[in-house]
Order: sequence, then structure tokens, then C-alpha cells
Amino acid sequence: MSTPLPRTYVRPVSTWWWVRKRSYFVFVMRELSSIFVAWLVVYLLLLVRAVGRGGAAYQDFLDWAASPGMLVLNLVALGFVVLHTVTWFALTPQAMALRAGGRVVPPALVVASQYVGLAVVSAFVYWLVTR
Amino acid sequence: MADSIGLEVSRYRPEDDTVPRWQAYDVPLRTEWTILDALNHIKNEIDPTLAFRWSCRMGICGSCGMNVDGEPKLTCSAFLVDHAPGPIRVEPLANFPVARDLVIDMSDFMEKLPRVSPWVIRDDEQPVDDGEYLQTPEELDAYKQYSMCINCMLCYAACPVYGLDPGFMGPAAIALAERYDLDSRDHATRERLDVLIEHEGVWGCTFVGECTRVCPKDVDPAGAIQRYKVKAATETVKAWLLPKGAR
Repeated sequence: MSTPLPRTYVRPVSTWWWVRKRSYFVFVMRELSSIFVAWLVVYLLLLVRAVGRGGAAYQDFLDWAASPGMLVLNLVALGFVVLHTVTWFALTPQAMALRAGGRVVPPALVVASQYVGLAVVSAFVYWLVTR
Repeated sequence: MADSIGLEVSRYRPEDDTVPRWQAYDVPLRTEWTILDALNHIKNEIDPTLAFRWSCRMGICGSCGMNVDGEPKLTCSAFLVDHAPGPIRVEPLANFPVARDLVIDMSDFMEKLPRVSPWVIRDDEQPVDDGEYLQTPEELDAYKQYSMCINCMLCYAACPVYGLDPGFMGPAAIALAERYDLDSRDHATRERLDVLIEHEGVWGCTFVGECTRVCPKDVDPAGAIQRYKVKAATETVKAWLLPKGAR
């Protein structure tokens, strides 16, 4: 009689694997945030189109944007975009090993420079819109 | 401090069991004892049928990786007191098939590792009489971090991408590819890129970052993979834009 070959046991992966660990959950939320980033791009394009069509269309856009449903959606989208920005900024030094003058640029400096860049671009856009 | 602590150990005997089951043991709680010491105590004093891998007891060999309370760890570096009051759940490394008790089947990793050619490859080998291939301290620094990998596979157990798609090349193999790519003595970047540029190479990674967090040797596989992506993307753009001779 031959001995049966040892069988290995393959553990099934639960559909809910991503709620079992905080880091997995944050990762899945970060991935999900891309949908909201895409939504805000569409929203911006709709705004540009409304502006291009004249005063009445722009007013319609503003009324639509002020509806409760849109406010809630955009607040949620804002939350996800902040998460997107913070998490990706934090990961940048890991993905980019920058060297300057023969030395590795400190990770904190890479992260800080992104926030400075964000502030500069935001200030420029603010100036462009309100001048 | 209590004088004993409970361990819940995953048991699987392929000849009898269809699924793993839990078995509880009580072991003395000593400040200097690691989980591995506790498992050896069980094996020697309580239940000789328990199967697990170990060798060096000092975080060098990479054999004793297991999931401890759900986290991939080297059991020789995880202390009982840090998991008190217990019970401590000890399971085989996640994402690998279980061969017996705490022993995983690592053949998938063993098959993947040589695919990235983790050794120095030269365009032209110089004769042994010419001496070593010399490196400056800067050239050593470029890859040293990635050379610390001990193939313990904790990163594979932490990686949800590998768990969901076992075809993914995985963190350690890619970090080792990067280790040889960054080595000034090596000339095989192109060959490794051809392997890793595939979907199940670097692009399978979604940058969860858990591999880096669990790595007992601070190798940072996640960083290596992202840098590899930059390299792969640059090569693809070059292939589109530049004539063949200039690449």
C-alpha cells in the first residue's frame, strides 16, 4: 500500500481582508480616492463648460452645485482628495531616491517641498481667479 | 507578571486533517523567551508532534517566519512578554500553502527568485588573476540596503497583492533584482527589466507598503519596487521616443 502524498492546504482569502488591518483599510481607501479625484476633474470641466456658455449657464451650474446632494458629494470628494494628497505625498520619498551634492535628500525635505509646491500653485490659482 | 502564557497554535496534519485547527498550549512566561523558544519548549516538553522551521535563533537565517497575532514576524525576534497577557495566536506565514502545522510550502518563492537572476552578471568576465572588481564606498552604499534581504518571506505574507494573485513576482524578488541592478559590477539590468516589466512584475504592485513595514532587515522592498517602476517607465518612454542607437 502506498502512502498518499502530503496535501498542502491553501487558505482562502476573505473578501473582507482589507477591513482586518488598519494599514490595509487605509490602502484601499487611498485606491478608492482615485474615483473622487476623477469626479472632481469632471466637475471642473463642467464648470469650465458652463463659464464658456455664458452668464445663464454659469448661474445654472452654481444652483446645481449648491443643491444638498452635490454639497454632500463634494464634501466627501474633498475628504478623499485630502487623503489622496497626504498619503501620496508621504510615499513620495520612498519612490524617489533623490541625491543632491552626493548626499541623499532627507525624506522630510521631499515631503515638505511638495506641500510648498501645492501652496504656491494654490496661491497662483487664487490670484488668477480673484484678480 | 504571570508565570505562564497561552499559545494558540495552528495545527494541520495533511494525512488526517482537511482544514487546520487550533491547539492551545501553556508555556512559562519568561522575559528572555521568544515565541520560537516557546515553540521549542512545546516540542521538547509537551507535544513532540508539532512541526515548524527554525535554525539560527538570531534573525539571520530567515527560517522561522510565522504569523504571530496576525502579523508576519521572525519568531526568534518576537518576545513573549511583548504579546502578554496572550493567548498568542501562532499561524504559518500567510499567503503560502500550508504543508504541515506551521510549515509552509515555499516552492513558489523558490521558483520566482531565480527568474530575476539575483547574482552578478558581467558583459565580459575578467580573469581571476586580474583580482577583484573594485567598488567605491558610494557604489557599495547604492545597493547595500537591498543586499540585507534574508529571504524570510515575511514580505510575501504581508502583501495582499500576492495573497490575491500568487502570480505576482513579489517584494523580495524585486528588491533583489534592484540590489543587483544598482551594483556597479553588474551589467544585466536589461535582462531583469524584461522579466519585471511584465504585468506580474513591478506593475502588479499597488504600493500597499506592508512589505517594508514587516521587513526585519529594513530592506524597504516597497521603495525598491517603486524605483523599479520609474526605471521601467523611463525605458518604455525611451523606446517610443528615441531611435534604437540612442537608447
